[in-house]
Amino acid sequence: MRQILPDGALDPLDRLLINRLQDGLPITERPFAALATETGLPETDIATRLTRLREIGAITRFGPFIDAAAMGGAFCLCALAVPDDRFDEVMTLVNAHPEVAHNYERQHRLNMWFVLACERPEDIASVAGLIGAETGLKVHLFPKLQEFFIGFRVEA
Amino acid sequence: MTIDATDRRILQATAGGLPMTAAPYAEVARWLNLTTDEVMERMRAMQASGVIRRVAVAPNHYALGMVANGMSVWDVVDDRAADLGRQVGALPFVSHCYLRPRSLPDWPYNLFAMIHGASRNEVEALRARIADLLGDACRGRDILYSTRILKKTGMRLADGG
Repeated sequence: MRQILPDGALDPLDRLLINRLQDGLPITERPFAALATETGLPETDIATRLTRLREIGAITRFGPFIDAAAMGGAFCLCALAVPDDRFDEVMTLVNAHPEVAHNYERQHRLNMWFVLACERPEDIASVAGLIGAETGLKVHLFPKLQEFFIGFRVEA
Repeated sequence: MTIDATDRRILQATAGGLPMTAAPYAEVARWLNLTTDEVMERMRAMQASGVIRRVAVAPNHYALGMVANGMSVWDVVDDRAADLGRQVGALPFVSHCYLRPRSLPDWPYNLFAMIHGASRNEVEALRARIADLLGDACRGRDILYSTRILKKTGMRLADGG
């Protein structure tokens, strides 16, 4: 939902829930129990508020965050420097591959950035090779060597 | 870090989110005809092995006013890149932070950090904070703003084992 919530859509308890529930919850029978004690809000009210927060688009989901690579797949960020007059043609060629999970135009000489999501690591090189051959452009491969994400919080 | 068919059923059933009730795992267990304990034990094991990063709320940052973002990229000296990457990744306005190989001569940058803010100006101010943090370990920098989504399909779990 590409829309900013109107003023007043969230009350202080909504904001507290959004801010607090971005941290991991324990996998227990009653995951909201500690938060309920802390806030004085019954667990069922927390669940009801979460349902509403999803309905109005303040949150997109509540659930497990999966490390897709840990499931056995292979992923690689790739970039192309596409000449302006060939942009649509190259976009069509790239997007036709089902392994292209998403693709963004960015302001840079390397102006097309896409992620390959493959079942097996060896498929990355072969799909990238195909895209290189089809487009005649050098496919820059940026596999992740190390990831650091721990701190991101959206202040509601 | 292998998961079996039952683990996969649990991940598929919860891919769209947990039921929003006081006892969500009991509900998942009912869906899958498992016991609540088995669902929770398997999910805890997957969390311990890193398949599940955490169970949490995903805020819609756009709806909450963080409408601007940029992919900041940095050429950080190799022997300090991992340590500094960890510090950049810990910043509250950085959603994703990765070390990646350079692609010379076209691309000298090895640290990628996605910055989110309320405006382009705020993103630039936050980028300056990263520059301060990196100091003289940084030899070059750029930021790439996205101008169009050309394709977006969610990550899908393959069926079966």
